[in-house]
Amino acid sequence: MTWRRLFRPAAVALAAQPILSIVCGFAVAGLAVLASGADPVQAFSALFQGAFTNPRAFTETMIATLPYIFLGLAVALGFKAGLFNIGAEGQFYLGAVFGVFIGYSVQGLPGIVHVPLALLAGMLGGFLWAAIPGIIKARTGAHEVIITIMLNYVAFQLTDFLINNRGPLADKTSSAPRTPFIQHAAQLPILIPGTRLHAGLFVALVAIPVVWFLLSRTTVGFQIRTVGLNPSAARAAGISVGWTLVITMGISGALAGLAGADEVLGVSHFMPPSFSTGYGFDSIAVALLAKSNPWAILPAAFLFGAMRNGATFMQLQTQVSADLISIVQATVIIFIAAPAIIRWIFRLRHTPAAPVQLAKTDGGATI
Amino acid sequence: MIAALQSLHLTELGYLTLLAATPLTLAALGGLMCERSGVVNIALEGIMLTGAFVGYAAALATHNLWLGVLAAMLAGMAIAALHAALSISLLVDQIVSGTVINILAVGITGVYYRTYIQETSTVGPGILPTWHIPLLDRLPFLGQIFFQGQAITWAMLLLIVVVHVVLFHTVWGLRTRACGEHPLAADTVGINVYLVRYVNVIASGALAGLGGAYFSLQEIGNFLPNITGGRGFIALAAMIFGRWTPAGAFLASLLFAGADAVGARIQGFHNIPYQFLGMLPYVLTIVVVAGAMGRSIAPAAVGRPYKKQ
Repeated sequence: MTWRRLFRPAAVALAAQPILSIVCGFAVAGLAVLASGADPVQAFSALFQGAFTNPRAFTETMIATLPYIFLGLAVALGFKAGLFNIGAEGQFYLGAVFGVFIGYSVQGLPGIVHVPLALLAGMLGGFLWAAIPGIIKARTGAHEVIITIMLNYVAFQLTDFLINNRGPLADKTSSAPRTPFIQHAAQLPILIPGTRLHAGLFVALVAIPVVWFLLSRTTVGFQIRTVGLNPSAARAAGISVGWTLVITMGISGALAGLAGADEVLGVSHFMPPSFSTGYGFDSIAVALLAKSNPWAILPAAFLFGAMRNGATFMQLQTQVSADLISIVQATVIIFIAAPAIIRWIFRLRHTPAAPVQLAKTDGGATI
Repeated sequence: MIAALQSLHLTELGYLTLLAATPLTLAALGGLMCERSGVVNIALEGIMLTGAFVGYAAALATHNLWLGVLAAMLAGMAIAALHAALSISLLVDQIVSGTVINILAVGITGVYYRTYIQETSTVGPGILPTWHIPLLDRLPFLGQIFFQGQAITWAMLLLIVVVHVVLFHTVWGLRTRACGEHPLAADTVGINVYLVRYVNVIASGALAGLGGAYFSLQEIGNFLPNITGGRGFIALAAMIFGRWTPAGAFLASLLFAGADAVGARIQGFHNIPYQFLGMLPYVLTIVVVAGAMGRSIAPAAVGRPYKKQ
């Protein structure tokens, strides 16, 4: 993708809608703040400060961006096959569990081997957990939305069992409920001394082109996209729709698991019984905002990372709840998914672009 | 396990099951009204959360529990109207629209929690009173389960019948089902598909909103963030397992609620880790939805936006 191509009028028009949607999302959230009796200007300037201008704010924003990159890619990959993976949160947990286990239990490996091994273990955990709804969907047609949400709750309970109350993975020498710390060799190295920014950044930046390549340049990617666009045609062309659904869910889960492993290897270095807070649900918004384009996941994830990081500071400073960013997210998705509203507000000409619509996989989806 | 079950009071277990089934049944009834007309409703969770919040805030502000219940239903209708507008008029993918509602509900309840609950009076509005039916409540076993209850549980039992009659014995119900099975055919014979779908989606908001009021006004008399804890999604599963019928949804809700109640009661017995009991309703939902217990057939046009030609 060259710069010349980036700035073609068509490309600009394509970017205009997400940007206008973000502006409108913040406007609606501002009204919501006003209605709650607080000052939106104060709230948003605190949000901006917390995200960018405070000491270390920028590196913390980068750290918060990383899970969104992996999870946004995970959900976007599912969308391409017409699958709605709401279970990224649970797969994130499983990835963290697998990653932390390899991180602390394996000893004596050099970092160059240990880190990739633990990351791969995390991907395996997410893969296995996500393959369950894939298999169930392929075999019975049960809709993946319900199954993945239910598996989220099962994953929370499972993690709690493993780590809380001296469970199998708990650190028996610690009074706090948590796993042992991972080996030093398993830690993702810190990039900038004095900050927490770690080498997981490179893993995330590599994941984007890899997912792009997988989707647009490989046979599996072709099968995923074909099943997403028209499962009947895919079946007629000899593609195994069931197998594609399982493998898509699996890869999607592997990306989510990678996010979990990256988080324990790069930031926390151990795992408490309860962990991520809503990354999975947010990442649906990330994928929708990026219109499932792997390259566009980067700016979308950065926006969400900044909001997440800034929201904590905003809540401290202005007493406006950090849940405000949920309102921003919800309204941004509304404007992205219903482009008619944005066109109406800004009196834009109607240029029929690909609408945000999940392809429908048939097979008696019951929801 | 068997010994653990025997040591429970079955009457108490039955009563707890009926209580836990109350919000599930109400949301499932809402879900099936909605889906029978052809609109998927994964927003039940968010609608319940909104209902629980607004109901509690209104009861706190007016010192009147009944106004709280009414406010919960109205709030459910309002946020369901957004789901309707997005998915029916603006042709947004119905699952995306439902997800929006769920995220929005977390945002709204989080942002206004401080304004309307934390910073107001510390004295809660209490919980809805218990009504007995004279004589019937003296029946052994059944009397203590079915004939003494609080308002929302009573309303739930009544609404099962009402929704059944409306769906299967009225013209409106016939039109609703026609829109869910074959909207083009319905349109051809002069049924206003948009109107039918709007009304049903908004009605589902009232039912799920009432289900939300159960949590804050009947069960605990307080509002806590994320108080609904995924019950909206379990209700959706109950609707599917109940084959999109009110009676079926009620029985399925009883099953899930029973698993919940048993799980909560046998904690500490026989060294079963409590987390596995906590998983029970969710695993059961997966097993049920996966069709291990018989396939359900969804309304044919559910999930498909209708665009008038």
